[in-house]
Amino acid sequence: MTAPAQPTTTARHRPPAWKRLSGSEHFAGWAFVAPAVVLIAVFMLIPIVWSLLLSLQANDLLAPGHYIGLANYKALAKDSQFRSAIGHTIVYTVLFVPVSIVGALALAVALDRKIRGIRFYRLAVFIPLVTSTVATGILFLWLLDPTFGLVNYILHELGLPQQQFLQDPNQALYCIVAMTVWGWLGFDVIIYLAALQGIPEDLLEASQMDGASRWSTFRSVVLPLLGPATLFLVVWSTINALQLFDEIYVTTRGGPLGSTTVIVYYLYQQAFQFFNAGYGAAIAYVLFIAVLIVTLIQLWIGRRRVYYTS
Amino acid sequence: MTSTSAATAERLVTLDAPPARPRRRWPFSPWHLVLAPIALIMLIPLIWMLILSLETSSEAQSFPLVVLPSGLHFHNYVATWNSEPFGNFFLNSALYSLATVAGNLVFCSLAAYAFARLKFFGRDVLFILLLATLMVPYQVLLIPMFLIVKHLGMVDSVGGLILPNLCSAFGIFMLRQFFRTLPIELEEAARIDGTSRLGILFKIVLPLSLPALATLAIIQFMWSWNDFLWPLIIIDTASHAPLQLGLSTLQNAHRSHVNLVMAGTVMSQIPMLALFLIAQRWFIRSIAFTGIK
Repeated sequence: MTAPAQPTTTARHRPPAWKRLSGSEHFAGWAFVAPAVVLIAVFMLIPIVWSLLLSLQANDLLAPGHYIGLANYKALAKDSQFRSAIGHTIVYTVLFVPVSIVGALALAVALDRKIRGIRFYRLAVFIPLVTSTVATGILFLWLLDPTFGLVNYILHELGLPQQQFLQDPNQALYCIVAMTVWGWLGFDVIIYLAALQGIPEDLLEASQMDGASRWSTFRSVVLPLLGPATLFLVVWSTINALQLFDEIYVTTRGGPLGSTTVIVYYLYQQAFQFFNAGYGAAIAYVLFIAVLIVTLIQLWIGRRRVYYTS
Repeated sequence: MTSTSAATAERLVTLDAPPARPRRRWPFSPWHLVLAPIALIMLIPLIWMLILSLETSSEAQSFPLVVLPSGLHFHNYVATWNSEPFGNFFLNSALYSLATVAGNLVFCSLAAYAFARLKFFGRDVLFILLLATLMVPYQVLLIPMFLIVKHLGMVDSVGGLILPNLCSAFGIFMLRQFFRTLPIELEEAARIDGTSRLGILFKIVLPLSLPALATLAIIQFMWSWNDFLWPLIIIDTASHAPLQLGLSTLQNAHRSHVNLVMAGTVMSQIPMLALFLIAQRWFIRSIAFTGIK
């Protein structure tokens, strides 16, 4: 077998233009990113702009829409249902984020030790994370069923009054918080466990040698070192909480009496049940801006208060 | 000098102060008293699901509750399987998950390699644009995505589920960060030996990146397998639905037969649960990895 002639590039014998182009880094770079760029342009960049345009239209998802300016946004400002959806979303977020993060921190500390059976305990905490949101919704719908639910049965056995849970407008949103904390706790625990295991042992020993109690070691050494993990979890959980949908759809469909209608559920209703796509897009953009502002504020506070090693 | 030693002595005294009581030895770590009830609370919803799925319809809906079923009524599973196109649900979910995992691995790797190693016209602008899309909530894309998929004639098809999710900005970003930590010398040596860029990616970079690729695969798989909102919007026909949508349909259709609903729920959770139990270490590493980056 003879080796194929190697193309020699000298100043006198330059390869033809197409060959120089196809061998260049510019060409290679674009060839490599092309499939990803096409997919992301079509299914992300275009939709982002289109959504903005839709929010300025009256559109029913069928006929082409027509431009109505800021009318959707003006209507939103006066929409009392939207206002209460914002209220429910805020209540949910303000409860879900601290409860899940503080709970996960306590659990991670408890799980960060070498005792017999620790793998089983960890597994028990992680398993709900791989349970789908729909399954979580169905499980809690029956656990919290007023007549045949396990929780009411336990309350009954303990001699406590029966509750309506998801069917009571005053309780439903809190039940949703409990349910989603159950489903998401494992995620936060994994992040905290990883961060705890990243703390160098000698730092803790040094602190104990100085006579610090366990609690003060935790407060002044461990907690600051968990800062980056906490900041990540606060930002991440808030973004997720503001976008709550699946569990609401499966359990309450926004009821009873609209008491669990959160922003994304309202968006879904408007866009895909009442076919007010323009109005839905306006809700999506309001949500977008809200997420952006909340995230930026959290990161800004985080930068001043979280200490990063290395 | 004396004052320091006095202080030290005092400290030693206070440390020893209550004359060291013989420390009570527990036969087991007291942490079990904290952890066991928590584990029970976390597992009860799943155990209860299993129990209900094996009861008869009247056992499952009686008060006081039947905690131990009269027998193991496995035929609930058969009845549920036959009442809805469950085979299709599984097949559609498998297609949706595997196709999007494969798509992400291929397209994100290619793009991430270019962003990490090649200098090309417009790279930085493109990359910033990509990062910006990470900030946008999914719901903003939803309505136009639906309209685009409708224009492509793919509403109510598994293809319509898959196509918009074949590549993610998150995947590109994560792989690019990982590729940049690899030593460039190997790649340069291969380049001098005349290996093509594609060859370098597949023979050198990707084999060194298995942890990052596994992370992307696991995160994408979990996301697609459990995805509900997108299927809810574009799928109308039961036989085209993936599992989670099918499960929600089942819940609506059989409100009066909780045992059947639970049997369906158990079945739908088995694949992901089995995968998690087999590859627990990888799942946990992947989730921790997303949090730390």
